[in-house]
Amino acid sequence: MRQASAGGSFAATTRKRSVGYYLKRDWQLWVMILPAIVYILIFCYGPMYGLQLAFRDYDFSKGFTGGQWSGMKYFMQYFTSPMFWPTLRNTFLIAFFSLVCGFPVPILLALVINSIHSKNGKRAVQTAVYMPYFISTVVMVAILQIMLSPTTGMLSNLLKAMHLVPQAANLMGDASSFIPIYVISGIWQGAGWNSIIFIAALAAVDSQLYDAAKVDGANRWQQVWHVELPAILPTIIILLILNMGNILSVGFEKTFLMQNALNKSVSEVIATYVFNVGIKSSQFSFGTAVGLFNTLVNFIFLVVANQISRRVADISLV
Amino acid sequence: MKKNQMTAKHTLSAHNGPDAAFQIVVVAVAVLSFIMVVYPMYFIVIASFSDSTLVNQGQVILLPKGVSLYGYQHIFDNAQIWTGYKNTIFYSVVGTALNMAVTLPAAYVLSRKAFRPRRIIMALFVFTMYFNGGMVPTYMLVKNLGLLNTPWILIVMGALNVFNLIITRTFFENSIPEDLYEAATLDGCSHFRYFSTIVLPLSKAVIAVIMLYYLVGHWNDFFNPLLYINKDSLQPLQIILRNILLSNQAMAGSSGGGASGYAQQFADQIKFGVIIVSTLPVLCVYPFIQKYFEKGVMIGAVKG
Repeated sequence: MRQASAGGSFAATTRKRSVGYYLKRDWQLWVMILPAIVYILIFCYGPMYGLQLAFRDYDFSKGFTGGQWSGMKYFMQYFTSPMFWPTLRNTFLIAFFSLVCGFPVPILLALVINSIHSKNGKRAVQTAVYMPYFISTVVMVAILQIMLSPTTGMLSNLLKAMHLVPQAANLMGDASSFIPIYVISGIWQGAGWNSIIFIAALAAVDSQLYDAAKVDGANRWQQVWHVELPAILPTIIILLILNMGNILSVGFEKTFLMQNALNKSVSEVIATYVFNVGIKSSQFSFGTAVGLFNTLVNFIFLVVANQISRRVADISLV
Repeated sequence: MKKNQMTAKHTLSAHNGPDAAFQIVVVAVAVLSFIMVVYPMYFIVIASFSDSTLVNQGQVILLPKGVSLYGYQHIFDNAQIWTGYKNTIFYSVVGTALNMAVTLPAAYVLSRKAFRPRRIIMALFVFTMYFNGGMVPTYMLVKNLGLLNTPWILIVMGALNVFNLIITRTFFENSIPEDLYEAATLDGCSHFRYFSTIVLPLSKAVIAVIMLYYLVGHWNDFFNPLLYINKDSLQPLQIILRNILLSNQAMAGSSGGGASGYAQQFADQIKFGVIIVSTLPVLCVYPFIQKYFEKGVMIGAVKG
């Protein structure tokens, strides 16, 4: 920009300037971005360098990269272990239900909030539904435990009073209710917050489109279908791609905190498994291999989802 | 109020059947979501003042019953909670200060189109959002750096969040006119000066928003202390909460044999109280920053 304004032919002849020139001109910018670069290199690319641990036998005496190369040994160990299918299945099921049940809710919520006429009403609803997002996972799980406690919990008492369950049900300890609790509490906590981005997209819709639709005789339902949904479709697709990329990175914290001896058959996901074998039992190479497998599958999901949406809707990341 | 009702009536009568039905559905869903979100939170508040026995019998529904402050008294007498509080405040404040010091200048640099390597640096940063070394290599790195069991790891870890960086950069690009930069440089203004005297004061909205993100992140962080800290004196609030709330190392232990029945009666009251005491600070910050949301997050996120 600045060069162009410096004047026609002069700028053209001096376009090829040395690296030194730019370093000198931009040294202040380099100073400002240096902390960020240093942080990313050490704390994000450093661990990536450490990924070679998955292909080495970790040797305590020789440190990080001193062990012998061991090829795919640790991956094979995971693939053939009895924990492979359960962890993969649990991770996938939790992620799948969270996505399928959780993804549409913020969109609906945004459409509803966008259609509230009263300014104060809109504000009240928005403020309320954002709030659970600020509750920590520890507190969230504690609330679930108290409310769902078999002897004294509000919900089990309610279910019992309605004769929906024969007697006090131990919901937190029941393997079959783990996923519903996980998914529903996740929606309760995140739907409002996740609706922000759709509300923003809806606010950007040109009011002329509504007018045009009204002239064509569209009622409010049809306006949602033909004006509002198409307007936020790109946002929906982008977020869907991003969520697809996270399909297997099921939150460590919540599964870890909700896990107990009774529901372990459904709550042991890849992330908690990595923690248990990799950190707690100090099987560093094995843990790294399992983690890398998880990251790779995530990455593949992301790329595939991105490709599909590029083909189908001509929308993609990057 | 009256004005609102009148306009509502007007719109209702002016529309045909489907539109009225639409508005009814909208209001119904809005009211329902409001209650579903607010009631559980309200319930925790009233339960923290009520007799646990009455709470568990389902008698506490709209107003606290058997009011007592026993739970809170117990919480404030607990040394662990105070240690956790102190540590969390330290980690949150210092950590967020570092976050801002790293994120804001970097976002400014990446918003300058004349900065040639901006694309490649951005790509380098964004890549880390989708691919990372994972739990074990990161743990090993922290261990090798000698940061295990030091307060510094909880401050340094996550010093830059790439998503927040993108929001901030996009805000700088879209909301601060390029002309300002031209005018400032003509007057001989350096990048340092332009950034601190012009860009920052114009960016209160986005600063407030990402500050809230970072602050809440530090406040609620459970994963990093779980992984990297095992000294009691360094534990933040969330770890202590887990011990009290989930592992049931209930504070009942402190009251001894004879009082255990009494403690049981208030066991849940203590839990509800702990939830409130630990969550309230975050919820108090949020309304002050909420007004910046539209300007801050939305501009940054939608175009980012």
